[in-house]
Order: sequence, then C-alpha cells, then structure tokens
Amino acid sequence: MSDTLLDIENLSTWIDAGREPVRAVDGLSLTVQRGETFALLGESGCGKSITALSIMRLLPDAGRVVDGRISLGDTDLLQLSEARMRTIRGARIGMIFQEPMLSLNPVLTIGAQIVEVIERHTRVRADEAKRKARELLDSVGVPDAERRLTEFPFQLSGGLRQRVMIAMSLACEPELLIADEPTTALDVTIQAQVLELLRELQRRRGMSMLLITHDLGVVAQTAHRVGVMYAGQIVETAPCEDFFRAAQHPYSRKLFASLPSVGKRGQALSVIGGNVPSLAQTFEGCRFVDRCDYAQPECRSIVPTLVATAGGRAVRCHYYSGVLGTEGLPRAGADGTNGTSSASAAAVGSEHMAPGTEALLAVSDLRVHFPIHRGLLRRVVGYVRAVDGVSLSIPAGRTLALVGESGCGKTTVGKGILQLLPPTGGEVRFDGVDLASLSASALRARRRDLQIVFQDPYASLNPRMRVNEIIEEGMSALRVGDTPEQRAGRIDALLKEVGLDPASKSRYPHEFSGGQRQRIAIARALAVEPKLIVCDEPTSALDVSVQAQILNLLLDLQRRHGIAYLFITHNMGVVEFLAHEVAVMYLGRVVEQGSVEEVFAGPRHPYTRALLSAVPVPDPQARREVLRIPGDLPSPVSPPKGCHFNPRCPHAFEQCRSDFPAERKVSPNHGVRCHLYDESGREVAR
Amino acid sequence: MIGYIVRRVLYAIPILIGVNLLTFALFFVVNTPDDMARMQLGAKRVTPEAIERWKAERGYDKPLLWNDSADGIERLTDTIFYDKSVRLFVFDFGNADDGRDIAHEISTRMGPSLALAVPVFIIGILVNISFALMMAFFRATYLDFWGVVSCVAMMSISGLFYIIGGQYLISKVWHLVPISGFAGGTDALKFVILPVVIGVIGGIGAGARWYRTIFLEEIGKDYVRTARAKGLRESAVLFGHVLKNGMIPILTGAVVVIPTLFLGSLLMESFFGIPGLGSYTIDAIQAQDFAIVRAMVFLGAVLYILGLLLTDISYTLVDPRVRLT
Amino acid sequence: MPFQPVILWTDALVFLLLAVLIGVVVYVRKREHLRKPWQRVSQSPSGMVGAVVLAFFVVIGLLDSLHFRVRLDGAAPAGKSVYAVEITSVLDQMLSSLRQRPEKTYSAPLAYRSYARETVELPGGRQVREYPRLTHGGAHLKDPEKEWAGDVGRRVLAGGAIGFILWLLTGTILCAAIAHRSGSSLDRAWLSVMRGELDVPWRAILMTVGLLLILASITATLAAKYHVLGTSKVGEDVLYQSLKSIRTALVIGTLTTLVMLPFAILLGIAAGYFKGWADDIIQYLYTTLNAIPAVLLIAAAVLMMQVYIDTRPQAFPTAMERADLRLLFLCAILGVTSWTGLCRLLRGETLKLRELDYIQAAQAFGVGHARIITRHILPNVMHIVLIAVVMEFSGLVLAEAVLSYVGVGVDPSMTSFGTMINAARLEMARDPMVWWSLASAFGFMFLLVLSANLFADAVRDAFDPRVAVKPFRFSLRGALRKKAAT
Repeated sequence: MSDTLLDIENLSTWIDAGREPVRAVDGLSLTVQRGETFALLGESGCGKSITALSIMRLLPDAGRVVDGRISLGDTDLLQLSEARMRTIRGARIGMIFQEPMLSLNPVLTIGAQIVEVIERHTRVRADEAKRKARELLDSVGVPDAERRLTEFPFQLSGGLRQRVMIAMSLACEPELLIADEPTTALDVTIQAQVLELLRELQRRRGMSMLLITHDLGVVAQTAHRVGVMYAGQIVETAPCEDFFRAAQHPYSRKLFASLPSVGKRGQALSVIGGNVPSLAQTFEGCRFVDRCDYAQPECRSIVPTLVATAGGRAVRCHYYSGVLGTEGLPRAGADGTNGTSSASAAAVGSEHMAPGTEALLAVSDLRVHFPIHRGLLRRVVGYVRAVDGVSLSIPAGRTLALVGESGCGKTTVGKGILQLLPPTGGEVRFDGVDLASLSASALRARRRDLQIVFQDPYASLNPRMRVNEIIEEGMSALRVGDTPEQRAGRIDALLKEVGLDPASKSRYPHEFSGGQRQRIAIARALAVEPKLIVCDEPTSALDVSVQAQILNLLLDLQRRHGIAYLFITHNMGVVEFLAHEVAVMYLGRVVEQGSVEEVFAGPRHPYTRALLSAVPVPDPQARREVLRIPGDLPSPVSPPKGCHFNPRCPHAFEQCRSDFPAERKVSPNHGVRCHLYDESGREVAR
Repeated sequence: MIGYIVRRVLYAIPILIGVNLLTFALFFVVNTPDDMARMQLGAKRVTPEAIERWKAERGYDKPLLWNDSADGIERLTDTIFYDKSVRLFVFDFGNADDGRDIAHEISTRMGPSLALAVPVFIIGILVNISFALMMAFFRATYLDFWGVVSCVAMMSISGLFYIIGGQYLISKVWHLVPISGFAGGTDALKFVILPVVIGVIGGIGAGARWYRTIFLEEIGKDYVRTARAKGLRESAVLFGHVLKNGMIPILTGAVVVIPTLFLGSLLMESFFGIPGLGSYTIDAIQAQDFAIVRAMVFLGAVLYILGLLLTDISYTLVDPRVRLT
Repeated sequence: MPFQPVILWTDALVFLLLAVLIGVVVYVRKREHLRKPWQRVSQSPSGMVGAVVLAFFVVIGLLDSLHFRVRLDGAAPAGKSVYAVEITSVLDQMLSSLRQRPEKTYSAPLAYRSYARETVELPGGRQVREYPRLTHGGAHLKDPEKEWAGDVGRRVLAGGAIGFILWLLTGTILCAAIAHRSGSSLDRAWLSVMRGELDVPWRAILMTVGLLLILASITATLAAKYHVLGTSKVGEDVLYQSLKSIRTALVIGTLTTLVMLPFAILLGIAAGYFKGWADDIIQYLYTTLNAIPAVLLIAAAVLMMQVYIDTRPQAFPTAMERADLRLLFLCAILGVTSWTGLCRLLRGETLKLRELDYIQAAQAFGVGHARIITRHILPNVMHIVLIAVVMEFSGLVLAEAVLSYVGVGVDPSMTSFGTMINAARLEMARDPMVWWSLASAFGFMFLLVLSANLFADAVRDAFDPRVAVKPFRFSLRGALRKKAAT
C-alpha cells in the first residue's frame, strides 16, 4: 500500500459562462500523503475551491471536469457512478466549508444533521447514533453536547457552528478531510481555537487533510506541505518549512513581500502590479509573466511546466526548468519592491509625537446605544450598548488603529464620530468643537474635515453613477471648487493621485476591480480635503497583494497631506505596519491603548494578550503558545457587570465582577483598564 | 406571544376603521343617495317622491354624519354613517334590497363556499408542490424545461376558459357530472368535483412555477452542498433538506388566504350555480345592491386581517429561528 | 382636411407612454451598464419570440389609437366642413371591408350560409325553412357546395405564397443589415442567422415573423371574401371584433401601471427611506387598501363611477367618449388596487439600500435627502419597477375579462375580450354550439398573454439573476469530445 492517499493528475475544470468557458482549474496535479496536511494556498479566483469541489464532484451546475484523473487510494473518483460516489462523500472524504452559518441547515437540529450522516454510511441507528453524535460533539470541544444536539444552528455562535461542521464531517472517520477556508469567517481568537482543533484531530486520527486557504499564517501553523495556486495552476509545491524559509516562485515571493508586518514599518510594501489574467483564454506563456519582476522574452513564448527541484519541491518557472537556467531566481531584487512607491511611504516613522500634542479629534466617553422595543406599546425595554463609553484622541497627521473582534462596536465608534449614528452620550470634539452640539447646517460645513472609507468596495460605490459623478458628489454638496471646470480638473488630479487613469472617469464602478474601487472610494473622501479619514476595515475584503497597494497609498497620502486616520481593523499585521497608536476594544469599551510599539511588545490586558497570541504568524518555527479564552463574546444587550471581560478572564477576581477599572498608565504612552494593575501601572501581586 | 397577538388585534382596529371610512366615502360622499336612487330607478321613473321612497326604504333618508333634528346622542347615532358603517363593527349588516337579513344570508352561504374552496385550496397546494418538486428534481433537463414551458402556457390561459372548457368537455360532451347546481350532504360531492378539478388545474401554472422558484433558490444554498457532501441521495437532499426549508415561505404564503376561503370563489360559484358567498357577491354587484357590497367589503377586510395574524403565528410555528428567539 | 383628428383621453396617455418609452430607449442606448441587461433580454429566444408577437399586437393597438372623424361630403354650408359624428380609427379604415359587411346573425367561420334557419320565400311564393346564403360571406361563389373547398384552398395557397415572399424580403433586409454591420457578405449572414451563430436569436425571431406574416396574409386573402372567424349574434365580423379588442387589452395592461407607478414609487421609497412615522402611515395605507378584496373594491368604485356618469349625461357627448372615459377610470381603479404590492417591494428594497455604504458615504458629505433618493435610491430600484410592470401586464389583461364578466369591466359598448366572452357565453347552450366567438377571444387573449409572459420572464431573468438556471447541462463525454475536436 502506497503512502499516497489523494492523487490528482492533470485536472481541468471549466465553468461555462458566456461564450468562452472559464478554465478555472487547468492541468492541476497534486498528491496528498496519508496523515499529511496539504495546504492549497492562493488568492481569490485562483481555482482552489473549484479544485476541492471537483474532488467531491459537487461542482455548481455550470461547472464540469473536462480532463484529468482523481484517485483516492485505489479508487478513481471520476470514473465512479454518481451512486458509488455518494458512498465516498461523507464516508471516505469529509468536507467543511467557509461559512458555518450558511452551511448548516437552518431548520434542522444539530443532532438530526449529525445523525443523518452516521445513518447514511454506517449501520448505527437511533439511540446509538445519537450517542455517537454526542461523543463527536464532545470530541470537537462543544460544551454541553447533550443539550446542543436538540438546538438549531442559529442558537450557536460562529465558532461552535464550525465545530459542529467538523464533527459532522468526521462522523464516519474519513481518510481525507477537505477544509475550504475553515476559519476565514471567524474571529482571530476563535480561528486559533479551530485551527488547534483541526491540527489535533488530524494528528490523533492520522487522517489526511487538504486545507484550502488564502492566509499564509494559517498555512504556517497547520500544514506539512504547501501548494501555491495561481490562475488555475499550481505554481509551486514544497514542504512547509522550506517554503517559508525560501519560496521559489516569483509569485510566492511576492506574496510574502506584500504581507504587512512590523518589520516593514517605514517602507512601502511590495505590490504585485496588474491583475490576474482572464481564465477564459488559452495561454502562450507563463500566466504570471505580466506581473513578474523577472520576466524574460522566453516567459512569454514558452509555457512553463511544473519541474521538480531539490528537496521534494516543484516549481513552475523557467528559471528552474532549464529555459533560463536551473539556478532559480536571481538573488538581487528578491522580495524587491516595485519601485514606484517605494520611497514614498518612508514617513511612517517610529519617532513619537510628544504626548500632549493638540488632539485633532478627541472623543470622550462616547456612547451609542440602540433601543430595543418590545411589548404591547413598543416600549423601550433595553438598549444594545454597542459603544459604551469610549475615549480616544488622534493628533493631526497620525494614525490610531482601533482593533477588536466582530461585534465589539468598533464600526459603530467610527459612525458615531462621523455623526452617521446619533451618539447617545459623550463628546466628539473635532478641532475643539463638539460635533454633537452643532446644528445641521453647521455640521454639514464641518463634514469637509471628516470623511470615511468603507470595507466593502462593492457596496460603497453606487453602481449607477460614473466615477466622476461619484467623486464630484461630495464636492458639490460641500461646495468645494467654484465652477464645474475647477471640479473636473480636481477630479483628474485626484484620480492621478490615487493611481488611476483620469481617462477612466466616465466609466462605471463595475468596470473596476476591488482594489481599484477602493482607490475610487479614497479619492471620493479626499475630494473634500479632509483632515481625518475614518478607514473602516478598508483592506479586509481584498487579497494580500491588493491590500498592499491600498496600504501604500494610504501611507503616501498621510505623508503628503498630513491626514489623520482612525483605522478600524482586526488585522494585527496591518496595525503593526502603519499605525502610530492602537486602541483595543472589547464589548463596547476600550480596554487598552497606547503606542503600537509598547502595546504589541508588552500587552498588559489579558484580552489583548490573548488576542495577540492568537494571530497566526507566517512562520512555522514560531508556533507560539496561544492563550485560550473560553466562551464567546457576551451580548451587548446585557454586558457583564464590572469589567466586561471578567467572565472569560483567567485572572478575574472579586473586584473585576463589580467595578469597571479606571485607566492605569503603564507608561506615558500606554494605558490599560484592568484591576491587575495599580495606579502606577505595576502589576499587583495576587 | 399572547402580548404579540393582542397587539396585532389592536392594530386591526385602525385598519378596519380605515376600510369603513373608505367605503363610506365611496358610497355616500362621492355620490349622494339621491344620485344612487336616480340611477337605480331609471330615467323614466324618477320623481322626487320615488327618490324619497327609495331612500326611506333603505334608510338613506337620514343626514350623513350629524343629525341636527335629533336630540342628545341620537344626533350622532341617527345618521347614515352610524347606521350603515359603525354598525358593521358588530356584524350588523342590515337588510338587502330584497329585504332579507344579510348576516343570516352570509352564515347560510358560507357552507357551500367552503365545500368548494377548501378542497381547491388543499388539493391545489399538494398538486403544485408535487409538480414543483418534480421540476426541481429534474432541474436543467428537458423535463424541467417543458414543465416550465407548460406552466407559462397554463398561466397564460384565462380562468374563464378553464371553466367554460371544463364545463363543456366534462359535463356536456362526456356527461360525467351535472353542469351546475348544488345539494347538501354527500350529494354535494358530485356537484363540487368538477369545479374542484377545474380550480386545481387552473392554479397549477402559476403555483407550480412559483414553488419551483422557491425550491431552486433553496437548492442553490450552501447547506444543500453540505448535505450532498455527506453523501446523501438526491431524493434525501430534496425531501429532507430542501422541502423543509422551502415549506416555510410556501406555508406562510398559503396561510394568509385561509380566512378568505370563506368568501368563496366568484367565478366558479356563479358558473356552477353554487349558492355560496362568491355568487352572492356577484349577484349583488350585478343587481347593484350596495348594502351587500358594503357588508362583503367589511367581511373581506376582517378575514384579510385574520389572515395576516395567522401568517405571523404560522411563522413562529414552522420556523425555529422565529420560534426560539 | 378630409378628416378631423380626435384625441381621446386614453389615446393621449397611450402616446405619452410611447413617447416616454422612446425617450427611455434613447437614454439607455447611450449607457452601457443600462444596455447590458437588455442585451441579455435580446439573447433569450423565448423572450424575443414573445417580443415579436407583442410588437405585432402593439402595432395593431397603436393603429387603433389614431382616432378621427371623417369629413362628410355633400351638404357643407358656406365653406365649413362637416364631420361625421362617428369617431373611427386608422385601423377601422384599414378594416373597413370587414366592418361594412354585416350579416344578419351568427355564421360559422368561412361559412357561406347562415347559422340560423330562416323562412325564405321562394320565387314561386312557397315558403321554406332553410339556411340562407350570407349576404357577404362567400357571396362570390356561384355553386358553393362544389366551389367552396377549392376556392378556400386557392386563397390559402395564394395567401401563404404572398406571406412567404414578404418573409423572404424581410429576412433578406435583416441579413443585409447584419452583413453591413459585421462587414461580411449576405450569404455569410444568412448562414450564421440560420445556424444560430449570433448572440441575438435571429433564427427564432425570423421564424416567428414568418409565421405571423404567412398567417396574416392568408387571413387577409380569405377575409376579402369570407368571414374568417365567423360572425357574432348581430352579424358583426368576429375577426374585426378580435382585432378591436387588442387595443382595449393593451390600454388596460399599460395605462394601469402608468397610474400606479407614481404612487408605488413615491410612497414605497419614502416609507423605506424615512422610516418612523412616515413608514407607519404608508404601511397603514397599503394594508388598509389591501384588506379590501380587490374585486369588491373595484366593483364598488366602478358602481359609483357608473352612478356618476349616468347622472351627468351632459358631460359625455358621445357614447365613444363615455366608454373611453370609463376605460380610463377602470385603469385608474385597477391601478389604485394594484400599487400596494410594488410599494411593499420598494419599501423593503429601500430599507436595505439605505444601510448601504454608498448612501452612508453620501450622508457623510451632508448630501440632502432629495438628492440621495433621486441619485442613489431611485436608479437602484428601477429594475424592480421594470420587472413589476412587465409581470403585471398579463395579469391585468386576464383580469379585464373576469371583470367584464362580473359586470364591472369596460363599457358594454366597447369591444374587449371580456365583452366578447360575456356575450358568447350565453350561447353555450345552443346546439350546435356557437364556439367561434369564444374561441377567437380566448385564442387572441392566450397569444397576447403568452407572449407577454415569455417576454416578462426574459426581462426578469436578465434584470434579476437570482435564479438563473441554465436549461441544459453539458455531459462530461460531450465536453471531452468537443475538446478533442479542437
């Protein structure tokens, strides 16, 4: 018996769309050994999910496998009848999906959904099956399994739902588990728990796992071997450690280079220019050629094949195949930047603005509550305390990062500051003026100074307006520029400034890619010359390489125009890369804030510590101890008394359950709200 | 839950008042009772006396809203508005032009209406779901394609054609059942069977196509992919997962019409001579008996609101997401 | 002038609608993102077949909407023209041969003898009861028993041939246009049309046009001497009645939505955008209107309207104008009862839209409500409005027949599918049955509604791609073979 469990040879899967089919997967070969975790890494649209669905033969109606062979052990999956294939699915191959809420049937109980798969593939029935289901839930760490069996998916939190999905896919002890972005929809602390669980289950059961992800950090923490996909093909495979030590393909190297991290502070991130080519064509050369720094004429005319290199690696590049030598990429310029914006972002210094500098924006005790109506007369019976006493300040030209997990209220803070949501209490002082006290017309005049950039580049631009109309809207509403000609000239300048061709101004948003749309959204905000921009997760919907472009642009704009940013994000790498200060939010309150250096180097609050330890690091060597925090984020309707974090805090004591701690200064630039520290910021021995 | 129902019932009151005011405005303000009398009597017989007699017979000879000639509370109650609109709230519908008590007439006619409407409703839903499931099961095949084509064709045929064609074919050519009429008890069956069959067939086109859309929308969801990834048979996926979710919009969409089943079917009842509320309404419209029309408008509104209430309740029954939060 | 144009209320609105439609087409053509969904519509074979048939109906309806009075020759005092009281339309003039050949009573399609037996006095003074020859239908036949079949056959062939030639002509012009645009030869264009190689399903369109042309020209040649679809109780040609009914159906199907749109759009968006008490009031309004059974509300309103018209005869000089105004009222009433559904849809969509980032961005600029609604919300709900309008059309055409049956439809003097069915229904009991009026009305109505439904489906699929299922699945083997061939 060979050690190879899954063997895919030359798989081609096409999606019918329009006149030319999209060759979503084009000649893909890979093997997964028994007991191995193989990570398939790639950006959106590279075909990694289609590969997984091809293995399961669960392609959407428009998709079809046109060529290739997929073997699971000795079984040729593509030759099986549909009925035989059904005995494989769920039994020999289990699969979990990205969105656990959507992937579970909303009207069936958890128990029914697990029992169903047990009864389908084994002879276990009725109570016995139920008992087995309970055991499964226990084994994936679902607390109170007996009760959970009778509950519906919506009654569970996201992390628990994904655990249920895992239990379901493991019910019949499959040889292969396919995990398609299993943690992408989860918060970072939950992600750490789920990855840990997957790693542990894989080791204990000795099963193989095909992990599909876009996150280098997840790969480093979980995988044994890696395959990098680009435009429907695998461009590199390597053992995990080797890959992270020295990636070979130019695309893989670029991925690393474009990842924001503390080490790249003060520089511009490397970006991958251009776009992924359309897959509705046949290629004459390398698919990466138009975006590659090392491209040679041969790369355009000869299609590279995946060639094996030393150490069980393989790479699809002419620098290794013999066409341009076999030595690999030239060293010089490796991880190099793309030139254009390299020098521009140098201003993100570590030099500190002295504390006490006049704050541009000073938020004190901001509260945003949403009333809950209930009962006969729709009385207000309670409030969702989305933001419950947040104080922040941002000096001109600086960046404050507001971090926290979903549901902590960080977006509401942004909208409350902009008065898009009426604050329930507290002050938002901008340039010394309290915005909440302004009349509607005075506020409108002030709006020039504060602008916002949203997360989803597809929802933030009106699809029925041309780019110039979109940018002009704010200018005409706030009377920037006197004549239409002046405004038109300014629009051209703005587009150039954000790196778009002014000639594209009469086009509609759908003609632009996600990154380009985000540039348009930034130009729209810039048009009224704001002093502060609230950036609400501006890069979290984008691929790493595109994220790098946007981050570079934002830094560049800060340097040139002295704009201050309130940067709302959950991505710690981005914070380390561009922020001066950081505030950590938990359930409507800020628990720790200070300069990025101090907070990241020495987090004080137990929540901050857990949060930072949970971030997966793209380095397999650095498998840090993840500080686990049990349970889930409580509801903001009835937050816990005292410190909001106390029910989940391993160090909580009496006082934490009664009083919300005041801010203690650990250093002039670092404050924490935790009873573990005394007035002078020293840890209290207990 | 009970508080919720009480609130919905209270919410119904302003709506019923609105319906009442609207009908009052239509019947008594847009045209005065004098106008109505003139039209009903016909041009030849219009004399001031005849108009007064006509109005007096129907109680239209009072002032509209405020009676100056009466005393005390009667200033308000001895008016057309009080007599004809406010009294509807206690289901006092007054008398029809032929002098019969409308409330009594309505209660005796409900039976035949239900005898026809209930079977059409239940069998119709079952047949439509079956057809829709079949098309969803064979989606993207010729069967589905031609199923949709025939649904569109059946939707495009006038309801009158189904009735006239069915009557002609089954009763006149094949002589299977009587063309029209009604009898109580078990005899009702032979009179009702033809309209039921026609009613069900007439509803397949739109119904089955709509349900197919619902099922296809469900089939496209992620949990169906999960069910397939478990290795379930397509039939198990369809019946165990898709049907259960699809039934939520189907059931709640159907529940809203249940109370209005009492009103019967206008066309069927009048074509098949079934003495239900539908034919009562049509006769009243054709005879221009305003009192009956007003009564039916009010009754219809009450039943519609009841339907809305039932819809809300049924949501909480069939959807755990609503039930348990 | 040989005629005096008359513009009825509905005519004015129909042409207003036409002008709006043309304006929209011009506007959309210039904008690529608006054009795109229409291109998808134009690529749907069933949708385009529906559109062709609909266009045929619309042309008839428009011809029937150009009304005028003919000038009376003769007694014209002192240079003043005197015009006929009767209002006729262009269609009436085109069909004057049908209109001016009344029979006494019923006759079957293509018959030459009456349906009813009559007592006829023979030259000898003897009286017999027989089926008399028709005054016009087949009157040119000398010995009808022998000649009839041959004559009808010849006419069908001749008509078919003319139709085919017309079709060839149309096809050639079309292909020439395609060839001109793509810069290829005429032969090449023919081939690619017939093989279905182009994006637009020209083959299906041409087939439909051909079928319509051939049918129309056969009907025309036959109609010259026969009553193709028979005659009605008063001897009127049923084909003429059916063609006249088309305008009524189209007017009800289109003007109703024209009446309802402003209500639905304004209130729906206002409710969803402003929320709060505005929303409460608007919801109350449409729940109240919805609570009244539609037929009863229409009946009540129509009854009241009738009272109004009947008591004010001086306001409506001619029967035609009275009937026209009643039709307009009916549209308005149908509109009032049918706006609620669209209103609710728009409210829901606006509720969703107003939370979208681009609207928040506009608010962050302090853009005013009116501007946000007109620039951000309205353009993004227009597809829902469009889908609702095309879906509503067929339902309204069908509803007209039912309402006319109930007695609250169009004026009895106005020809419509409903009045035709209503009149013919009473003759069901006759033996042999008088089936042709019913069959014609149902047949024309079916064709109109079916083509409208097909077109509406194509529009919905193009604008709302939620459930777009490809009709056929490619098999694995077929795809592999395809690949091997290339």
